[in-house]
Amino acid sequence: MNRFMVAVTAATLAATTVAADVKVGMITTLSGGGAGLGIDVRDGFMLAIAQSGRDDIEVVIEDDQRKPDIAVQLSDKMIQSERVDVMTGIIWSNLAMAVVPAAVNQNVFYLSPNAGPSPLAGKGCHQNYFNVAWQNDNLHEAAGAHANSAGYTNSFILAPNYPAGTDALTGYKRFFEGELAGEIYTQLGQTDYAAEIAQIRASDADSVFFFLPGGMGISFLKQYADSGIDLPVVGPAFSFDQGILQAVGDAALGVVNTSQWNKDIDNPTNAAFVETFEAEYGRLPSLYASQGFDTANLLLSALDKAEPSDADAFRDALRAAEFDSTRGDFAFGPNHHPVQTIYAREVIKEGDIFTNKIIGTALEAHSDAYAADCKM
Amino acid sequence: MSSILIIEQILNGLQFGVMLFLMAAGLTLIFGVMGLINLAHGSLYMVGAFATAAVAGATGSFLLGLIAAMVAAALAGAIIEMVVIRRLYKAPHLDQVLATFALILIFSEGTRWLFGSFPLFLDIPDVISGPVTLPGGIAYPIYRLTLIAVGLAVAIGLWLLIERTRIGIQIRAGENDREMIAALGVDISKLYTLVFALGAALAGLAGGLVGAIQSVQIGMGEPVLILAFVVIVIGGIGSVRGAFVGALLVGLTDTLGGVFLPEFFKLFMETGAAQKTGSAISSMSVYVLMGIVLIWRPTGLFGARS
Repeated sequence: MNRFMVAVTAATLAATTVAADVKVGMITTLSGGGAGLGIDVRDGFMLAIAQSGRDDIEVVIEDDQRKPDIAVQLSDKMIQSERVDVMTGIIWSNLAMAVVPAAVNQNVFYLSPNAGPSPLAGKGCHQNYFNVAWQNDNLHEAAGAHANSAGYTNSFILAPNYPAGTDALTGYKRFFEGELAGEIYTQLGQTDYAAEIAQIRASDADSVFFFLPGGMGISFLKQYADSGIDLPVVGPAFSFDQGILQAVGDAALGVVNTSQWNKDIDNPTNAAFVETFEAEYGRLPSLYASQGFDTANLLLSALDKAEPSDADAFRDALRAAEFDSTRGDFAFGPNHHPVQTIYAREVIKEGDIFTNKIIGTALEAHSDAYAADCKM
Repeated sequence: MSSILIIEQILNGLQFGVMLFLMAAGLTLIFGVMGLINLAHGSLYMVGAFATAAVAGATGSFLLGLIAAMVAAALAGAIIEMVVIRRLYKAPHLDQVLATFALILIFSEGTRWLFGSFPLFLDIPDVISGPVTLPGGIAYPIYRLTLIAVGLAVAIGLWLLIERTRIGIQIRAGENDREMIAALGVDISKLYTLVFALGAALAGLAGGLVGAIQSVQIGMGEPVLILAFVVIVIGGIGSVRGAFVGALLVGLTDTLGGVFLPEFFKLFMETGAAQKTGSAISSMSVYVLMGIVLIWRPTGLFGARS
């Protein structure tokens, strides 16, 4: 963290001598339970900025503590007193919904490195809003598609009872063609899944799909492994990212999960990203870090062509997305959300480190279900 | 729904209940003896989990980890009692809440500073991992049975300590009349530190035990803390017996409510909607239980004072 304080301060000091032409405001989660995600996004983003060698970009980083009210305050401050040109960084969909619509309507560009709530992809889309990660349903849809190709016909599905959880189960059901052995909404933040696991045991399911991000997923996987049930598990990458896997340990081995990125995607940008990230921070990058890195590179590619002050030209440059993505080919759909390949990955152990390996493609050139509702 | 599933869910409820008891026992003792609302009790639970993960990771012994959890939490408890809490006994409850809330923030950021932002690894030792088949063909994790056994053993130990030892007499006397026992020559400030450390050690033990099947991460103590407060309100503030009964009631209500309410709504709703409604209402069930108990007995089940 301190390194970035230094970097930011250095950028500020530099600004007094060399006028900073572009000001970027990053609001992300750096403290509390979900801090790992925000730290990864920030580190990936700042790595790309540092590698670009540009000293005319100032990044103002603030911690939203995962609280919508604080995110809104920070956003007001960044737009009104810091006068940022571009904003980014928000991890959680409920925070994005509180901040993004107001920001883009004040002529600020917003590049989302993570949250992709469905309203912002459909009816509430905006010409100044770009999502570099995914629409929220994407990875769950891919999990449903993977379950079909794996031959599962009867899934037991569970997710927390909040908007992103509902989206997750909707996304899975949109693509999964089999029957449902059971459908459970757990409590958000629940830590004990003994009751749900007992219901899975009592059902006649042949597979389990779950969306339990962060600590919830760690708890579920450990308890599931200890229960002795050996049904195959599928889920989105959020419960299997690099930051979490070490805490889950052997319980995650062999689990198939879906992601738009993995460290073994074979292209020079990705190989260089994984190597330099590990050298800089001493840990392997997660998908969140790759999203932060791609977001910064998208921004840099647009800045090469136009100034944010020339909004129309800058928007066209963003829309063209001419940058080297860690995911290989990258393109935006008509609603400024990615059209991309989503992979199936398997959790493996490399030496002492748990990580993921791509085992196949779940969905090719996948857009989202809301693009048709977007009138831009 | 088969009887096997129902018995399994009752065991789950019991296991949850005895772990809540470990948290609630300390909380209720501290409130009963010192009249202090300690919001930082959840942080001591987190300290226990992190100490277990660190020591078990370094030595490979889960048992050593648990001992470290109790020692670390007790030490942390004794230190905050002497440095911060001691100044608050005469202060109004609002000041106590404010100060102990500040302690939550200090513990959370301190832990992040020491261990980083990512969750730690802590797993069940191999000898007690995996399921065991109980009579009647119920496959149930050995570790959860161990948790029930440890929780019950601690409950008996605590009962013996409070009912049968000299310290226990002083604790009970402290609950009833602190001026009088000070006048009788008991060193009240030492007693307070001791009770605080004892409560902290129990919270630390719970954190270490539960950490093995959950996620060892910053902020893990606060959700448990809220339920522990519900437990002591139901049981009667200051009563360890009340905390025990209250913890089992809350554990069973929470677990069985989460299972049976969605089933109940399925009788007249379609599955997805029944699940959502049932899940929403079951998350209120322990608070409804608390409301009912308070209407029936305003001081809680075993609350002595009115």
